[in-house]
Amino acid sequence: MEFFLQLLVNGISLGFLYALSALGFVMIFKSSSVLNFAHGELLAIGAFLFLALSTWAKLPIILAFAVTLIGSFSLGFIIERFFLRPLIGEELIEVIMLTVGLAAMFKGLLLFIFGGDIHSYPNFLPEGLSMQWGAIQIPSVYVATFIIGIIFLIIFGFFFKYSSQGIYMRSVADNQPAALSLGVHVRRVFALSWAIAALVCAMSGIVLGIINGVNVHNLSAIGLKVFPVVILGGLDSIGGAILGGVIIGLLETFTGGYISTSLREVVPYIVLVLILMVKPYGLFGLVEIERV
Amino acid sequence: MEDNIRLLINNISVVYADVIQVLKGVSLTIRKGQIVSLLGSNGAGKTTTLKAISGLLKPENGKVTEGSIEYDGEQVQNSSPEEITRKGIIQVLEGRQEFKYLTVEENLRVGTATRWGKPYQKDLELVYRYFPALLARKKSLAGYCSGGELQMLVIGRGLMAHPKLLLLDEPSLGLAPLLVKEIFQIIRKINEEQGTTLMVVEQNANMALQIAHYGYVMENGKIVMESTAQELRENPDVKEFYLGTAASGALKSYRDVKAYKRRKRWL
Repeated sequence: MEFFLQLLVNGISLGFLYALSALGFVMIFKSSSVLNFAHGELLAIGAFLFLALSTWAKLPIILAFAVTLIGSFSLGFIIERFFLRPLIGEELIEVIMLTVGLAAMFKGLLLFIFGGDIHSYPNFLPEGLSMQWGAIQIPSVYVATFIIGIIFLIIFGFFFKYSSQGIYMRSVADNQPAALSLGVHVRRVFALSWAIAALVCAMSGIVLGIINGVNVHNLSAIGLKVFPVVILGGLDSIGGAILGGVIIGLLETFTGGYISTSLREVVPYIVLVLILMVKPYGLFGLVEIERV
Repeated sequence: MEDNIRLLINNISVVYADVIQVLKGVSLTIRKGQIVSLLGSNGAGKTTTLKAISGLLKPENGKVTEGSIEYDGEQVQNSSPEEITRKGIIQVLEGRQEFKYLTVEENLRVGTATRWGKPYQKDLELVYRYFPALLARKKSLAGYCSGGELQMLVIGRGLMAHPKLLLLDEPSLGLAPLLVKEIFQIIRKINEEQGTTLMVVEQNANMALQIAHYGYVMENGKIVMESTAQELRENPDVKEFYLGTAASGALKSYRDVKAYKRRKRWL
């Protein structure tokens, strides 16, 4: 029983981490319908930026964290301005292919600068954050993930549902010509969504770095993990991203705990296929509204 | 230059993708507070004219290659839609381009994009006053609304932007005659009460000429006739080709059809 509960707690925490990282992905997809294949690389860039600032430049942790977030936010703007803007008006598939190219470029750049080794952060999370319940214990990093995850998910939920800027962003995703005709600044919306996505990625990259160590290959591979999460939840749903993240997290830890650790990477995909057979738009995806 | 002119289109030519010429020397004038209707058959260039004004040619790879468009005395041809909408020209697109996955109220709120951060509650009330049908549906997804509700929604959405010049592209498209009548009455009311200058592109010439002050007829990318709406309504050619109420019952031969085109050539 204790083993079960421990797996449950681990799975939920891991799931929240996936959900947080999937948020960035959903953000871009929601506003511009672009699948961002450079997602894992954005995670890695955030993690390495934090590494460089905290261990190499020896900035105080809080400052390093803030600078990383600001840096990633600006990086999102830069990516949009220099790589995506020239493709506005082109076919969607070209933009998606561009993100594949960006992924290769960023990965190469990171390998060139930091090499393929595993780096690690200094231990900076306060010990008091970890929780103990009988035999079950939650490490402080999971508690931190949980808190950050909840805060951000709530902020994004409200942002998209109620704020004017959030509604403009959704309008662009919905019908771009109509949004243009009403004066929605489409380029600004794209830039903003990339910037927010990069910021969220950086945050989850840092958390992943604390848990697994900072390594280019590992982090960019986790970018792939985002696909089952968002496809499961529905590509454009924040609530779906959370639930999808938790489901995938639980599946992974339970498979790893009860069946075999070598299967933990595969089972989520199998379940994904099964769920999609029943709900082709994902659990919370937009069902195409068709007028006949 | 007279200062009651809202928009002055001076001899513009529009070319798509550098090769396809759609407008050939179109000139028209819209005075403040007027409803101007632009009539013509399919492919005459009406929508292109509207897009040239609103800047929406640009994303479609079209360009005003000659002539000028002056809005309140300022040249605006080939500006981006972001700039033009912020000057107060809003185009309501043809075919009810609603945001399907946004609720009716969220759709209306997108109309505030040109003045982000300003209060909009009063404007929502105004739109609901003109279109009470929308109030009942405000929380439902636009994708599930009826055609009439959607037409009201997109006009209302345009109003949210406080337009000084509202361009309507075929508001009657695919609507039941009674609904068309209702919508045109509301358009006239908006013009009278808000003082909004309107340009209405229509196939339904009858409806359009009933509410308009002035009208233009387009064919093949050219303005072939212009006059007050009153005169257009009484013009025998317009009656025959656009209103379908020619005096003579007998079919005319093809030679007589498009008489005004020939007349134009003689000029």
